[in-house]
Amino acid sequence: MAPETTPLPAARPIARSADATGVDESRAPLLEVRNLRKHFPIKGGFLQRTVGLVKAVDDVSFKVFDGEILSLVGESGCGKTTTARCVIRAIDPTSGEVLFRRADGDVVDVAKLRDKQLRPIWRDMQMIFQDPFGSLNPRKNLLDIIGEPMFVQGVRSRQKRMDRVAELLNLVGLRPEYMHRYPHAFSGGQRQRIVIARALTLEPRLVIADEAVSALDVSVQAQILNLLLDLQRRLELSYLFVAHDLSIVKHISHRVAVMYVGKVVELARTDALFTRPKHPYTSALLAAVPVPDPDQRAALQGLPGEVANPAAPPPGCYFHPRCPFAVEVCKHEPPPLREVEPDHFVACHRAEELTLDGIGELESALRPRPDVPGATPEAPPPAPPDVPTPPSREVPS
Amino acid sequence: MQQTPTVPEARAFAVRSRTDLGEPILSVRGLKTHFVMDEGTVRAVDGVSFDVHPGEVVGIVGESGCGKSVALKSVLRLIQKPGRIVAGEIMYRRPGRNGARPELELDLATLPPLGRRIRQIRGGDIALIPQEPMASFSPLHTIGDQIVEAIRLHDPMSVADARKLAIAKLREVGMPSPEQRFRAYSWQLSGGLRQRAIIAMALSCNPAILVADEPTTAIDVTTQAQVLQLLRVLQQEHGSAIVFITHDLGVIAQLADHVVVMYLGRVMEQGPVRSIFHTPRHPYTRALLQSVPSVHSEARVQLPTIAGGIPHPLYRPPGCPFHPRCPDAMPGTCDVRVPAMVDDGSGQPVACFLHHDVAEADDGA
Repeated sequence: MAPETTPLPAARPIARSADATGVDESRAPLLEVRNLRKHFPIKGGFLQRTVGLVKAVDDVSFKVFDGEILSLVGESGCGKTTTARCVIRAIDPTSGEVLFRRADGDVVDVAKLRDKQLRPIWRDMQMIFQDPFGSLNPRKNLLDIIGEPMFVQGVRSRQKRMDRVAELLNLVGLRPEYMHRYPHAFSGGQRQRIVIARALTLEPRLVIADEAVSALDVSVQAQILNLLLDLQRRLELSYLFVAHDLSIVKHISHRVAVMYVGKVVELARTDALFTRPKHPYTSALLAAVPVPDPDQRAALQGLPGEVANPAAPPPGCYFHPRCPFAVEVCKHEPPPLREVEPDHFVACHRAEELTLDGIGELESALRPRPDVPGATPEAPPPAPPDVPTPPSREVPS
Repeated sequence: MQQTPTVPEARAFAVRSRTDLGEPILSVRGLKTHFVMDEGTVRAVDGVSFDVHPGEVVGIVGESGCGKSVALKSVLRLIQKPGRIVAGEIMYRRPGRNGARPELELDLATLPPLGRRIRQIRGGDIALIPQEPMASFSPLHTIGDQIVEAIRLHDPMSVADARKLAIAKLREVGMPSPEQRFRAYSWQLSGGLRQRAIIAMALSCNPAILVADEPTTAIDVTTQAQVLQLLRVLQQEHGSAIVFITHDLGVIAQLADHVVVMYLGRVMEQGPVRSIFHTPRHPYTRALLQSVPSVHSEARVQLPTIAGGIPHPLYRPPGCPFHPRCPDAMPGTCDVRVPAMVDDGSGQPVACFLHHDVAEADDGA
């Protein structure tokens, strides 16, 4: 019988969006990625010479502040996972800087560290993987799995490790007695809790979550999202959250970076990005999300064409062959990422002149209201005061 | 320069009501598909009933292990050992021309699974759009040859005619330069084009019912929007019924007319898409709808969750399969008897003791 999940020990209710206040941007950023590049060579020919380059990550820059959740979002092949892996040095970047502020305040460039120097950095930086079935060793019990990072870092006392593992299991909502069981006894959601516990063993300050909830069922996904948000607040963590699902990204992040063919095309606060996107690609992504309301059956707008080949991207803006607003300059000049509004960065030549559609103000009227049989959605309730009202919508007086 | 696929004209699509659609062409009644193994019996599908009317889009929604794929594979008789249909009927009525009486009426559950009859119906009357377009085409044959093969299996015609038909179908699903793509191998196509090729193949024999197993799960969101729009347009033009499986409530809301909610091999609730979304009656449906974040809902708040996880298939709870996770479970009732699917006249039958007191006849077995 699969073990049960204990409820979280009296989790603080998560207050409504602390976006504006929860993140301290006055301090130096915890992580600053500058001009990160990762190029994979294509070998070919008789001598296996390099005949081309796949520019998986091509000049990516962003910052993550203390207590902030930054999401990297984009379609498959856009380089979001490669970026995350370069940050934690699971793979070596081709060039660029990954500046990480250590607990003692020193800033180190993770991209330049040698292998031996990385180990102390990994105390502060941990990763959660997508597949909870592939990322746990079936021949180790939870004590060994969750305690292993401590062992690697030199904690040899078994009792110390057991105490810490029990504490961590409690933290992620599993019973401490489970520490002697093996991963096969747990369901997908519980395994993801184990993966999260292992990532938290060394009290990291930055957690890199690569599609952490994508492989989970919807009812379990909500539990893990709640857990991630709750842990972030309790332990004052920062997340670099890699995902492709815009609904989840919208739910969890303070700021979002949209990637397309190895480049960041738009980077902004979540609300601004979703309600007033400045890049045509962001707007197209938002338009493609199916609205979970049968009364709002709009024509679904896909994007024509295919994602550009990162080994042979088109000249100019990589998005121009699919962009409905492309003009002559887009075909020749690659647009730089520039700040068009405070905290709103866009790589588009026409960012100022375009007015693009974001998500509509649909709100919680979509939520089923079982207490009112036959209830039909009414006018949306007035926007909560801390959510900026998009300019397109008339404010009821 | 690659030609871009033509996106079908943007149109909004209304929800169809069952009353306009006539007699069902597919009626599944009390279907049970079990897998008997050494460790025990997995009751993957355990008493499932639903109807499909002509030209209707039925969406089956549920989490992993709820038996939605096995139910559809049972309809197509594609269940492999150790799986077996142990009870129930799958009534298929091939519609006659111009609304005449059905010209064929038979119970698919009784046909020999390898017989000639079911092979004619599978692909001809009921076609499948599988989940993994990469795994569904042979990499050794061109997609054109594979579509021609499918056509000629069901309709004796010359290779040249079948080829013309196949190219016409490829063009219809928005494949750019179909004459060239006819000679392409599946691995030369992108995910979206491969999915279009699969849809062209499924449509090639003008099926009365299209069965789609998670048709958009493996593709990106912008391509998903194109494929959904394509399915809507094709459905309107051909009038085929579509039965599709998904776990994405957004896809359900955008495509389905009628929704079947499954959990652990049983139907919890079914009804018109609007009723399911706005007035869900089963606690599971309600919880499912509330636990999904949406781009429109408030960010960074605690999501309502369903407690616990999906039980192991070998350890099904007794009584209502949802009762261990149900916030409204009534001890002594829900954990003892299995609720039957009862329609109280609202057109939204529900299997829950909160709404009626009818138990399944053979429960406790």
